[in-house]
Amino acid sequence: MERLITLGSDMARLWEAYGPRYLAGVQNTLILALAATAIGCLIGLVCGILNTIPCAKQDPLPKRFLLKLIRVVVRVYVEVFRGTPMMLQAVFIYYGLPYFTYNSVQFSGYSGIWAASILIVSINTGAYMAESVRGGILSIDPGQTEGARAIGMTHVQTMTGVILPQALRNIMPQIGNNLIINIKDTSVMFIIGFTEFFAQHRNIVGVNNLYFPSAAIEMIGYLTMTLIASFLLRGVERLMDGASDYQLVQADALTMAAGTYRHPGKKRARQPAWNRNLQPRGER
Amino acid sequence: MDQQPILEVQHLSKSFGSHQVLRDIDFTVRPGDVTSIIGSSGSGKSTLLRCINLLETPSQGAVRFHGEDVTAPGVNPSAYRAKVGMVFQSFNLFNNMNVLENCMAGPVKVLRLSREEARRRALRYLEQVGMAPYIKAKPRQLSGGQKQRVAIARALAMEPEVLLFDEPTSALDPEMVGEVLSVMKDLAASGMTMLVVTHEMAFARDVSRRVVFMSDGVICEEGEPAELFAHPRQPRTREFLSRFMAS
Repeated sequence: MERLITLGSDMARLWEAYGPRYLAGVQNTLILALAATAIGCLIGLVCGILNTIPCAKQDPLPKRFLLKLIRVVVRVYVEVFRGTPMMLQAVFIYYGLPYFTYNSVQFSGYSGIWAASILIVSINTGAYMAESVRGGILSIDPGQTEGARAIGMTHVQTMTGVILPQALRNIMPQIGNNLIINIKDTSVMFIIGFTEFFAQHRNIVGVNNLYFPSAAIEMIGYLTMTLIASFLLRGVERLMDGASDYQLVQADALTMAAGTYRHPGKKRARQPAWNRNLQPRGER
Repeated sequence: MDQQPILEVQHLSKSFGSHQVLRDIDFTVRPGDVTSIIGSSGSGKSTLLRCINLLETPSQGAVRFHGEDVTAPGVNPSAYRAKVGMVFQSFNLFNNMNVLENCMAGPVKVLRLSREEARRRALRYLEQVGMAPYIKAKPRQLSGGQKQRVAIARALAMEPEVLLFDEPTSALDPEMVGEVLSVMKDLAASGMTMLVVTHEMAFARDVSRRVVFMSDGVICEEGEPAELFAHPRQPRTREFLSRFMAS
């Protein structure tokens, strides 16, 4: 109990002295996580779509070759960036890119660090999202594609109009997962000097010995961010689901909207007409 | 009756791997025809329909639409499908759209109609199938029969030249079968060209003007419904019909 009180008062002291710096860190973390998740989703979407372009045997050889090539490239991208630690990817890209391009590509200054961080977290998220999107597309009933094809939609129209909206809804939990992972895992970007929430903690405890209280602030900070994110994501999902009920539309309003059309069978849709005409003649 | 055919199926064969589903099918659809394709499950009826709509690629043979072979390389299948409507056994309504949007999607995206025009057209056909009050409902909120009627309206909204029905009532309970068949019967009476794969013998006999009986991937017998039902020539047809009529 005594320990907790000490911890609490230390945390209060820290917050009083460094509150704005923690908050600046929170801000950077959130901006980076949101931007990178959004861009990562786009990358994943593109990869997922490229991966699911149908490839039929009778397609011309160049097309088939190109599709195969795309699939191989996407596969390599996914395996490499999913299979290595983001911290190392950051080092490789931030220091390696200038090195291998003889400084024609550089991440200089503050904006350079931002650009590199967003780039790294985005392509990392993209690698995970590519597989999520692929799964999302595969999870949609093939009948949806057939329905769209049958009214003459092209592959792109089918994808953008029918499949992706449904696939996106199905992978919303995955997108949420990625956002929350990104909020936490952007902390490794301190390795290239990005001053997010965790980097602030490192800077602050560097000048005093209140390591544990500062870590506690970090814990609470991260949990708060992720809880709010979870809550908002649930809201988004509910929004995407739309209303669970619907209203019947009055016939009068419809006739007006439909112009002067006279409908031939308004009352006829009921059962008996059909039954009268088609019931057995004898043998049934 | 010697109008130009809309659809001609010529020497069509389809295999899935080593399994041959359709063998040398020849078959013509003329404007205003209402044709029922009957036969036991696995006889290739649905595959034939799916080949006609190019949802399956025929292994051999041709499908001609106004004389043009649509299976030839370089033919745009989307443009062709826009003129040939299809109604599925499992409805295949777009789950992410409400009833009205389902019927507007094709006209807006494929036919490039204005939204207002597409809306008017969708409402017209929804009204025709008796589903106009439900425009705001999502497919999951509808019964099977309602879904199928919306699916028919969606196909009609493209104003196709032929409408293909792939066992449209097989997934429905008897009461819903009635409401869907009634819509189809009205359509047939309105002069729509229809090709219907069905197990509804009453529909085949009383509504369609031609019946095709398929068995083991070939057309076994075809003719006027009254004639074919009363005096089937092939033993296989006789066997099939007797079983159906007995039940």
